[in-house]
Amino acid sequence: MRAKAGVKQTPEIQYAGTGLSSKDFKEGKILCTRWTADAKYAWDAGIAIGKYLAGFKAGKILGVRCIKCGRTMVPPRAFCEWCFKTVDSWVQLRNTGIVNTFSLCYVTWDVKRVKKPEISAVIEIDGASKGMGIMHLLGEVDPNKVRIGMKVKAIWKPAAEREGAITDIKYWKPY
Amino acid sequence: MGQRVAIVGAGMTKFVRRAQETGKELAFHATRMALDSCEMNLDQIDAVCLGTAPDTFDGVHMKGEYLSDGAGAWGKPYMRCYVGGGTGVFSVIQGWYHIASGLCDTCLVVCEEKMSSYQPHAQAAFLTIFDHTTERPLKPNLLWIFAMEMNRYMTTYGLRKEDIVQVAVKNKRNALDHPCAQIAKAVTAEDILNSEVLAWPVQRLDVSPVSDGAVALVLASESIARKVTDKPVWIEGVGWSLDTAYWTNRDLCYPRYVEEAARMAYTMAGVTDPRHQIHIAEPYDPFDYKELHHMEGLMLCGKGEAPQMTVDGITQRDGELPVCPSGGLLGVGNPIAAAGLMKVAELFWQLRGEAGKRQVSRKVKRGVAQAWGDLMQVGTVVVVGI
Amino acid sequence: MSLRERVNQPKDTRPWYGELPVESLYTVGIAGEKFLRTLKEKGQFLGTKCDRCRQVYVPPKIYCERCLAKLDDWVKVGSCGTLESWTMVHVGLDGQKLKKPELVALVKLDGASTCIVHKLAGIPVEELHIGMRVCAVLKPKTKREGAITDILHFKPADR
Repeated sequence: MRAKAGVKQTPEIQYAGTGLSSKDFKEGKILCTRWTADAKYAWDAGIAIGKYLAGFKAGKILGVRCIKCGRTMVPPRAFCEWCFKTVDSWVQLRNTGIVNTFSLCYVTWDVKRVKKPEISAVIEIDGASKGMGIMHLLGEVDPNKVRIGMKVKAIWKPAAEREGAITDIKYWKPY
Repeated sequence: MGQRVAIVGAGMTKFVRRAQETGKELAFHATRMALDSCEMNLDQIDAVCLGTAPDTFDGVHMKGEYLSDGAGAWGKPYMRCYVGGGTGVFSVIQGWYHIASGLCDTCLVVCEEKMSSYQPHAQAAFLTIFDHTTERPLKPNLLWIFAMEMNRYMTTYGLRKEDIVQVAVKNKRNALDHPCAQIAKAVTAEDILNSEVLAWPVQRLDVSPVSDGAVALVLASESIARKVTDKPVWIEGVGWSLDTAYWTNRDLCYPRYVEEAARMAYTMAGVTDPRHQIHIAEPYDPFDYKELHHMEGLMLCGKGEAPQMTVDGITQRDGELPVCPSGGLLGVGNPIAAAGLMKVAELFWQLRGEAGKRQVSRKVKRGVAQAWGDLMQVGTVVVVGI
Repeated sequence: MSLRERVNQPKDTRPWYGELPVESLYTVGIAGEKFLRTLKEKGQFLGTKCDRCRQVYVPPKIYCERCLAKLDDWVKVGSCGTLESWTMVHVGLDGQKLKKPELVALVKLDGASTCIVHKLAGIPVEELHIGMRVCAVLKPKTKREGAITDILHFKPADR
């Protein structure tokens, strides 16, 4: 351990790493194995989100209040993560909100291109504390006209089609 | 704060889109190179810390255990850390406290990622970071979250896309001098602005690629460091912080968690005026705007000021504050945890004057590396100096 | 209403079904490529040797996990070896009872320091014993594809 060495980052250093192209796989130049996971789950919605979903089925957006910090929160949670105590009450929020931010997305979740962009947004829900938003989609709007600060309202599925899911709101549209 | 800790050796593999080597083999090459760079052997290593992102990418459950032999962990105290994209820099923090605490005198820090295993594209794996009940039914794309953060950042400070893309121009050009770079390229602002729109405002060339690769560092206590090298690079400060997991309840325009992590690291390092006391920075740059966002969180400039600094050339290699002289994730590549550790390795080489063609013009004595991750919420920061 | 009152209506809560879409493509690596190609083409087993640590790794690694030296000393090992342990498996991955129980073996090939795991066949359970000699039964050369399944199973050496 006596050597006082410092290897210079000069071109003669050989770095490992053999880059492959998809052709190498197709032509069988490279041995490989494939595997598909069978990963199926039943996640419990939980106490707070369970009630949130029941609210959707009834066409309501529910939030929770913490009297200690005074926040009205959405998505609802069983405990206030700031005060680290159980929340105090449930409140029904309004069906309207403000676009906090958005994106025009031309690629689906599994990286397929689409012509008409999906407009994802964070929407601050009216009736909740400032900055309390949820992620959802915008619809019935010209993508070029979407702006941060835009007022939007929830467009619900008909009551008979609602199943207690975030998708019971089809999208949000400007009003 | 306990024993002083130095970085005494570093190694890395090339970053490539798809490596023939297994993850273990990549980890081995980086680790072997790091040990050779300071002429140390495995039996001189007391412990090993490994950083790697979700198991889903490599498709190997318990990836920490799987990679352990390639990381030199046989028969040694070993643990894996994971804080999303923040992992690479956090792994150095973990190695640091193994030694600072006095528990060990030497520690290997190794990060690996083999994202090409995930089929057909690693991005789909990110679907599962969204809440399974309240967000996933909307079929979100990871890009949404970045695009919405970028939009919020641009709108809040009235920034232009033309200015933001200068980061990608700079980093991809810097990477031309990096022998391990995956997509080093001379691109112009126009090329980026004309590239395919993925999720507006994010376009194809705003984004770093998915990569395979590994990086390793050797850390040592002061007494060992002075024996193995006359150029130890000291870990002067470390910090990390996490914001709420309710990402839709935060203002995405400013990374407060990065500021908190930076304050923790700066306090430990005795840095009171980062704009003057930090000479070189390697903030996390998976997207071009993220470098700017993180420069602001690191308090290297005021809020909303980073784009102007970039346009003014201050962050170029020959500028007053070189930022991502390595080429960053945008240029060298983004094998998640390994990319974060590459940033610390770059500071090691830069501070020792061993960065070859990438060496910055000014004499640099103190640098900061930072990574970010989880659900837009974790900041990990390391300050190093000579 | 406090959350401490709990949800009493089952309809107020529900499980959410989903899956993690994971499909992986693994390269066999630098060591794996040489090992499996040799198995496929020559029906032979190779290992890598570390003189310092006196280890012969099978399946081979390009490094010694004990001293992290780079290994390029490739050695031929036997296709027969010693049964180090075995088990009879009655339950499948999905928790269902298997129609026909499977024998799984840990085999140390002659000349190797490490074991490989594979299937065992051609012997009644009552005649099995740890330490017995077993040999690999390979697929015919034309059917081999450079995978660990090119070995059909191990069988007792004397049968």
